[in-house]
Amino acid sequence: MKYDVIIIGAGVIGSCIARGLSKYNMKVAVLEKNNDVGNETSNANSAIIHSGYDPECGTLKAKLNVEGNAMFDALCKELDVRFQRIGSITLALDDKDIETLKMLQKRAQQNKVQTTLLNREELLKIEPHLSQHVKAGLLAETAGIIDPFNFCVHLMENAIDNGVDLFLNTQVTSIVKREDGFLINHQFQADMVINCAGLYGDEINEMINPKTFEIIPRKGEYLVLDHFDNAFVKHTLFLVPSDKGKGVLISPTTSHNFLIGPSAEICSKDDKDTDKITINEIKRTASLMVENIPFHQVIRTFAGIRPTPKNHDFIIEESQTKNFINVVGIESPGLASSPAIAKKVIEEIILKKKNYTLKENYDPYVKPYIHIHELSFEERKKWIEKNKDYGEIVCKCEKISKGEILDCLQRSCPPHSIKALKKRLRVGFGKCQGGMCQSIAMHLLANYYKKNLNEISYDSLNSYILCDELKGANKQ
Amino acid sequence: MKNVDLVIIGGGSAGLAAALQAKQEGIENLIILEKEPYLGGILQQCIHNGFGLVQFKEQLSGPEYAQRYIDLIEQEQIPYRLNTTVYEITQDKKIYYTNADEGCVCLQAKAIIMATGCIERSAGAIMLEGARVSGIMSAGLAQKYMNIEGYMVGKKVFILGSGDIGLIMARRCTLEGAKVLGVAEIMPYSNGLNRNIVQCLNDFDIPLYLSHTVKKVVGKDRVEKVMIAQVDQKMDYIEGTEKEFECDTLILSVGLIPYNPLLEKLNITLNPKTKGVNVNQDYETDFDGIFSCGNALHVHDLVDYVSQEARLAAKGAVKYLKDQSHHQENLHETKAGTGINYVLPQKFARCNEDKIDFKFRVTRPFKKCNIVIKTDESVVKIIKKLYLLPSEMEIVSLDMKTLQEPFKNLEFEIKEEC
Repeated sequence: MKYDVIIIGAGVIGSCIARGLSKYNMKVAVLEKNNDVGNETSNANSAIIHSGYDPECGTLKAKLNVEGNAMFDALCKELDVRFQRIGSITLALDDKDIETLKMLQKRAQQNKVQTTLLNREELLKIEPHLSQHVKAGLLAETAGIIDPFNFCVHLMENAIDNGVDLFLNTQVTSIVKREDGFLINHQFQADMVINCAGLYGDEINEMINPKTFEIIPRKGEYLVLDHFDNAFVKHTLFLVPSDKGKGVLISPTTSHNFLIGPSAEICSKDDKDTDKITINEIKRTASLMVENIPFHQVIRTFAGIRPTPKNHDFIIEESQTKNFINVVGIESPGLASSPAIAKKVIEEIILKKKNYTLKENYDPYVKPYIHIHELSFEERKKWIEKNKDYGEIVCKCEKISKGEILDCLQRSCPPHSIKALKKRLRVGFGKCQGGMCQSIAMHLLANYYKKNLNEISYDSLNSYILCDELKGANKQ
Repeated sequence: MKNVDLVIIGGGSAGLAAALQAKQEGIENLIILEKEPYLGGILQQCIHNGFGLVQFKEQLSGPEYAQRYIDLIEQEQIPYRLNTTVYEITQDKKIYYTNADEGCVCLQAKAIIMATGCIERSAGAIMLEGARVSGIMSAGLAQKYMNIEGYMVGKKVFILGSGDIGLIMARRCTLEGAKVLGVAEIMPYSNGLNRNIVQCLNDFDIPLYLSHTVKKVVGKDRVEKVMIAQVDQKMDYIEGTEKEFECDTLILSVGLIPYNPLLEKLNITLNPKTKGVNVNQDYETDFDGIFSCGNALHVHDLVDYVSQEARLAAKGAVKYLKDQSHHQENLHETKAGTGINYVLPQKFARCNEDKIDFKFRVTRPFKKCNIVIKTDESVVKIIKKLYLLPSEMEIVSLDMKTLQEPFKNLEFEIKEEC
């Protein structure tokens, strides 16, 4: 198989670049080692589109974060992804913190990000549940929250709809440079390779280049609270990093849950364990910001791993090997920077190599998804009259219908596992965590892919859920 | 919009008994709304026996117990809807529900009985430590996969929590050829019925590790190992007590929580102990004309008591429908004193009642003790008990004539004999 460009890794960076390239007349493939797109760092982060005041001026992080942030309104409209500019507030607990806020505000000015310094009284008007410790805060109104799962899925869906090939469960094990380009896994040929392998970016680079950088895996643990009517915070709240606690945040999510975390600790690349000591420390730190956090509403804890580059800035450059481009070390604010990173890679590197023409039939829009539970009674009624499956509710906690699941399965970047379905539609995301609906979701996946129930996996191909059939089981 | 006198949400053991009682007391215009494609609720996957000993004086399996009620529902021609999800209950008791055949329907109810059952506490809710891999499964889901879908869930199984479903699944997995390596219980006593400890663990030589919990789950794609450790009184791990078990499955039986999202949306406060709502002796909630019973109100250990409680809630609803008189004013409150976790009903009125059944659970196991019942400071009744267990709900019937007014609280407490 011969491609103009092969992208290694279908995280948010790989997906953004793939979609960006799908505008042009070129053959693009994405190789992903996991059973779904966006399944590593892109799957477990704070889901924040940072405003961009925080990175030091002059860094790639600062430039691309601010640029990227501004692109999200239009992008999420095209991709049908939930995105809300709810604003962020960085909170100060003492005079020293207030000095830090002032320093951050200066940095914001340098980065051209609008911020407002608020005193306690002003803060309480917009966030009434702040703790007694909070003295001041720095409001950045352009900060937003996003559905990170569907951002990645819809980027890839749109890329595939515009001609990109996606290969899941395809781990890159060898890259050979030949006269006519690259040969990957003795199978895929490409003129150009973009390394978006995230945590494994250094290992991929070293398949063809000497070691020039190192990716240090850094783990962040989080707690997720259920959604409940009384929204106890309305903005993304950060704590000024200090000796009292590291940058823990409390934030609403686009699905009306609340996210609290992360911790930050060096770990191994596949260590997604959570532990009580860290979770308790997150709770303690978060409680410095907000009073009476309803921790009894915790429905899940999880850990995500960020690819921290040793020099602490993004690495976006052509490597020593010509036409092999590294886009690595994309830790926070990577999600917020992702569209700007893709733009930079495409316009400043790829298109400089060869002048690819624009496709005539490129369509930037993802066909809107129907969310039955968000519709009014009358609208819902109309949709169910058109298609009965919208009236059969599979996930009772999140009110997701069979019709929505069947729609999703027919998309071009469909779910192959229980987790992939959960990421896309929130099936099993609620209070019961799939206890009530997982078996129904299994049936729908099995029917669609013409498989037995015990061939449906939770996530990776090896993560089976069921073993053998019981003897004498009465199968329909 | 259709007017209905009584809407029963949930067609499991509570909903079915409530509907029957209401119909037998003359309520004709009623309906049951059930989310699953069948009536009977969780009973349909409980293929073990032991159901019906109180109600029918015989040993039935879950489906048999359910069928007795379903037959009566059919006989009485009580209408029901399956595969039906209720989206919302409004302040004026309109019920919005959805199913594939009818689409979206709005009912105007006069009274509502909430019989929505409970859900299992998840790995997330207990903040289980270690890897988030396949093979961690709640006991009820494992039971559904085995008994309804006909698939084995694992070959080497460890169980966290000694709740009844976990114990039942220990036996079920063993009988189907799996090796059950052990059951860890964080409390120093079991949370299951004694008969289940004997019949499901002891009979199969499955060890029960009391005061132990899972410290870490290890695995890449699927569970490969669990590490358990002993805990002290503060629930902190005791170093050096770790034990490892190589297994492919961790079944969780770590508690059931009444499932009341619809009532939470109506801003009815949940009781922090029961996790259900508060009710009076008619099982009416703080919301006028909305009743709650069964596992949606508080988690029961025997289905027979669920059915009984649902009948009482139905009686309450019928009384409400017939004369609109109820006991929402000048109510006495019950109080859980020393050794008592909760008492139900939380409120009651003395008038027009001969007897009220009070239900409660103790906070820990007691031997040779007295249940002391007091109105404010004066003792009304003392009941001697050889033992009391948190896993077994106690019922005390009190003759209202024995209570001397005026008093505010009726307090229950446990006094151990010295």
